[in-house]
Parts: sequence; structure tokens; C-alpha cells
Amino acid sequence: MTGPSKAGVLRGKAWVFGDDIDTDRILPGAWLHLTDPAEIASHCLEGVDPDFAGSAKPGDFIVAGKNFGCGSSREPATFSIKALGIGAVIARSFARIFLRNAIGIGLPVIVAPGVADEVSPGDELEVDLTAGRVSNLTTGVVHQGQEFPEFMRRIVAEGGIIPYAQRRVTERAQKRLLDHSREDRT
Amino acid sequence: MAMTITEKLLARAAGREAVSPGELIMARVDFCLGNDITAPVAIDEFEKAGFERVFAPDRIALIPDHFTPSKDIKTAGLVKQMREFSRKHGLTHYYDVGRVGVEHALLPELGLVGPGDVVVGADSHTCTYGALGAFATGVGSTDLAGAMATGEVWFRVPESLKFEFTGKPGPYVTGKDLILYTIGQIGVDGALYQAMEFTGPAIEGLSMDSRFSICNMAIEAGGKNGIIAADATTRAYVEGRFRREPFYAYSDREAQYAAHYRWRAEDIPLMVAKPHLPSNTQAAAELCGVRIDQVVIGSCTNGRLEDLRMAAEILRGHKVHKDVRLIVIPATQAVWQKAMEEGLFSVFLDAEAVVSAPTCGPCLGGHMGILAEGERALSTTNRNFVGRMGHPGSEVYLAGPYVAAASAVAGHIATPEQIGARRAA
Repeated sequence: MTGPSKAGVLRGKAWVFGDDIDTDRILPGAWLHLTDPAEIASHCLEGVDPDFAGSAKPGDFIVAGKNFGCGSSREPATFSIKALGIGAVIARSFARIFLRNAIGIGLPVIVAPGVADEVSPGDELEVDLTAGRVSNLTTGVVHQGQEFPEFMRRIVAEGGIIPYAQRRVTERAQKRLLDHSREDRT
Repeated sequence: MAMTITEKLLARAAGREAVSPGELIMARVDFCLGNDITAPVAIDEFEKAGFERVFAPDRIALIPDHFTPSKDIKTAGLVKQMREFSRKHGLTHYYDVGRVGVEHALLPELGLVGPGDVVVGADSHTCTYGALGAFATGVGSTDLAGAMATGEVWFRVPESLKFEFTGKPGPYVTGKDLILYTIGQIGVDGALYQAMEFTGPAIEGLSMDSRFSICNMAIEAGGKNGIIAADATTRAYVEGRFRREPFYAYSDREAQYAAHYRWRAEDIPLMVAKPHLPSNTQAAAELCGVRIDQVVIGSCTNGRLEDLRMAAEILRGHKVHKDVRLIVIPATQAVWQKAMEEGLFSVFLDAEAVVSAPTCGPCLGGHMGILAEGERALSTTNRNFVGRMGHPGSEVYLAGPYVAAASAVAGHIATPEQIGARRAA
């Protein structure tokens, strides 16, 4: 069984990758001109496993070692994972721009140091996104992910960085209306 | 409260007296940029969100440098989208073919970024500008869209790492060798989420071009930013060039660092990073004999005038090995013109190298020198990931311009000394 079972709780199969998976391997430079989500998704993680994009099912999980998504800031790499329908990426650690991009576009990520060591390819996982908890249904082991700071969780809750920016712009416009006497840009 | 230079710049941008590592802040952005890979996605997000105007038309640069001059119909469409957005919003800093250069060489050269700035760019090598004593870091396209609308970006204040280089580098050892050595020592996540501050007499003795090479590759150690406090060299570079008022900040003596590395520059040899990570480093001399098919000299790491002069110094009077293609890519139009006027192109052409228009081109496997399966390149660029320059079965070795030029002549990895060059430190 794959797919969501209750709100914020996903079930799927684990695809396990190693350390330092860079964004060139997630989405090679040759595909950076693509704009169609399905086409971008079809190349996801091609540099590591050319069969991955064709085999992974929506709701499956990527489990990785340290520094996942290092290298280029290319957001289509992050987007290719979301477009493929991956439920969450669970890693020992993430490279910083990848993590920012994931938060910015709303791809669930969990920092859980023990998962990469314990989970084997094909294990059935249940992931509680709200609690940041990863349960390996195949082995019975439960992993608790690290909690993100409140500020970052709020951005994710607002739906990413764009709704957050929209609110900022609206707030400023309202302030300008109230403040007739001053220049609108300082 | 004692602060590092990075903390001081972030505190200023957040309108605060002080900040500490780990704090989340909303910071005012002095400048932001996107390129032909990242800006179209940002523009889509900007328009989808219904933003009507950018926060400041003179504080955003859109730089089509990766696939230009446009390599095919799809990439031509990406640039067209940037061009139209720039016109619509009256952006001051849109540069097209004939004016454009590799973004991280172009922005400092034009004086668009400078000391004290907080800069975000939708390109991971935005950290280059730290060489000017600025806080500069890479973000994704959606973050750029938000920054273009609001002029603000959220940051977690990073811990700082201090990298102190004492003494004086040996013959032919450049900024590129110092940064490859650093990444080899700490690994590709050795500075994850952290600020990398470079100091010491060996750094002070470096040109701006070499300093840009160092800060450019901070991201290859996972760093949030690389930074070198301004000195007389920086001030001389900025004077008459930077279009705004510089703000000079310096780390306090009592500032806190998560770690302090101290290395003797004279102990650092000419370096090479082997496939497939920039941290997989070894002394170039020990790799002598590794055969290569292509050499690339260029990019935001090593496509500046000093790099071309270094390459020409080695190539003068030599021919590129018959089994090697040497591709030289001056990073900007100004670098191109100066290199031409200095006669460097005669050296390259006599050596049977090709000189390209400014572009990121082959560095990311875009165009202008893609590798076939089984081919091996030595390149002055910054990444040697699997398939970075072409086929997933190709290989990239990274080095500075001296090793690149010597290797092009030898047909295999070589130091200048190994092809008979001699020079005192």
C-alpha cells in the first residue's frame, strides 16, 4: 500500500541513496532548459540511478546520507523530486540551498541522522510529516527527525516563501496608504 | 558584543545592534541576481504570485550567461523571458550578448556589488562577492522571486569558521590551490551552513582575482558564504568602480569561531581535485601522467584577466598537445578586450587553443565543449561531479590556470615545472 493514509501521514517505499548526492546528479545540466513538470520529473536522480524516475511511485520516499543536494542552486533539481510525487526526502543532513529550496517550494524534508543507516532499499516506511517521525514498517524501528525552528515551520505552513512575500507586500501597501506624507521607498 | 564580519553585516542588514549564530533574521538585501537557468523560474513565480513591481529596479541584475549566446531554441526562449521582464519592470542591470559576462566576474567588475553589501543570487556561486568584504550567498529561484518583490530575505545567522593562511605561497601556487587545499582538508560539507572567513598574510598578499577564486568555492565546502575583510587591495579595486557607498566591517578580536584552521601557505602544493568531488584533492605533481582529452580555462572561478595571464605565461612558445583540445573562455567582455590588447590571444592561438565568447558554457555541461563518454577534462572550473561537463561516463579534474595550461601542453596532468617552466616564488 502506498499513498496517504491520514492527514500528514504518508506510506511508501524507501529508495536509499548515499552521501553527498549533488544537484548535478539529481538533475543534470543538460535538462535545465526543460519547463514541463512531467518531463523534469522523468530525469529525477538520473545521474545516480537512471531507472529511478521510471520505477518510483508517487508517495515513495528518498532516504539519503549526509549533505543531500550539495552543489548548484538549481531549483529544478528540488522540483524534479516534488514533481515525481516523492512524499518526503529523509537525510542525515541537507546542503543549505537545497534545504532552502525545499522549504521555498513545499517539498517535505526530514533531517533524521539514523535513517540512512537503518533503512534498506525497498523497506516500507510510514512518515508523519507533522511530527517529523519516520517508522520503518519492515523492521519496526521508529526514528524521530529534528524539529525545524518555528520561523521556518511558519513559512512552510503559509505555503512557501511566495505567500509569505505576498503578505509582506500587502502589509507595506497598507502602511503606505496610511502614511501619506512620506516617500514610499527609503 | 564581539562579532565576526559576517555577523556585523547581517546585523546591519537586519537593522539590529547585534546578532548571534543560530538566530533567524529578516535582512534587507542590497542587491540580487538571477541567470538564464534560475531567473525564468523566479519570473514565473513572481508573476504567478501577482506581484506588480520589483522592490528596486536598480538593485536587481538579470544575467543570461549560462547558455549564451543562446545554444538552442529552448534556451533562447529563457533569455527572451528575462529580456521582456527586464523591459517591463525597467531593470537597470540586464545585460545581453555583447555586454554580458559570467555573472560572478561581471557584477564586481561593473561595481554593482561591493564592501558591506548583503547580496543574494539565484546561483550557488554568489558567494564569490565575499572577496569584497560583502555577505553574499546563493538561494533558489523562489527565494529570488520573494527578494525581487520585497527586498528582504530570511537568514539563519551562521557560525563562522576562520581559515588563516600564514607565510607566502610557493611558485605558481594561486588562490585556487589554497581553496582546493581547504576543501580537501574539511570535505564538501566541512563548512555546512557556516561562514568561511579567510585571513592571514598569504591572503593579504593575493590579488582580487585570486580572492574571488577562493570565495567562489566556499559553496564547495557547503559554506553559506566566503568572506575576506577589505584591505588596501580591496579599496584600490573598489575605488572609482563601486556605485554605492562602501561599508567596511572587520571581525572583532574577541569574536567567536566554531573552528580556527591555521595553515602555512608554503606547505600547500599545486592542487588538483579528482573526480567526482571537489574535496577529492591531491598534489598536482603526484598526478603527473593522467591523460586528458580537453582543458577548459575560464568560468566564475578562473576566467579573469589574471587567470588568462597565468595561462599565457605557461603556453608562450608551446603548442597544445596533439590529443588535447584547449578551450579558453574569458569571463567578461572587458576581460576579453584586455586580454586581446595585451596579446594573450596571440599566445593562445599560436598554441592552437580556441578562444570563446564569455559564457559559463562547458562548466555545467551546457555547451561549448561537452565531453563524450569516457573522455577526461582538466578544468579551472569549480565542480567535478558525475556528468558535470557532459556524459555521465566522463570525468573532470579541477585545477588552477597554471596546471591547466601545463597539462594542455603535456597531454596529461602536469605542473609548470614538469613541462620545463621555472620561476622563483
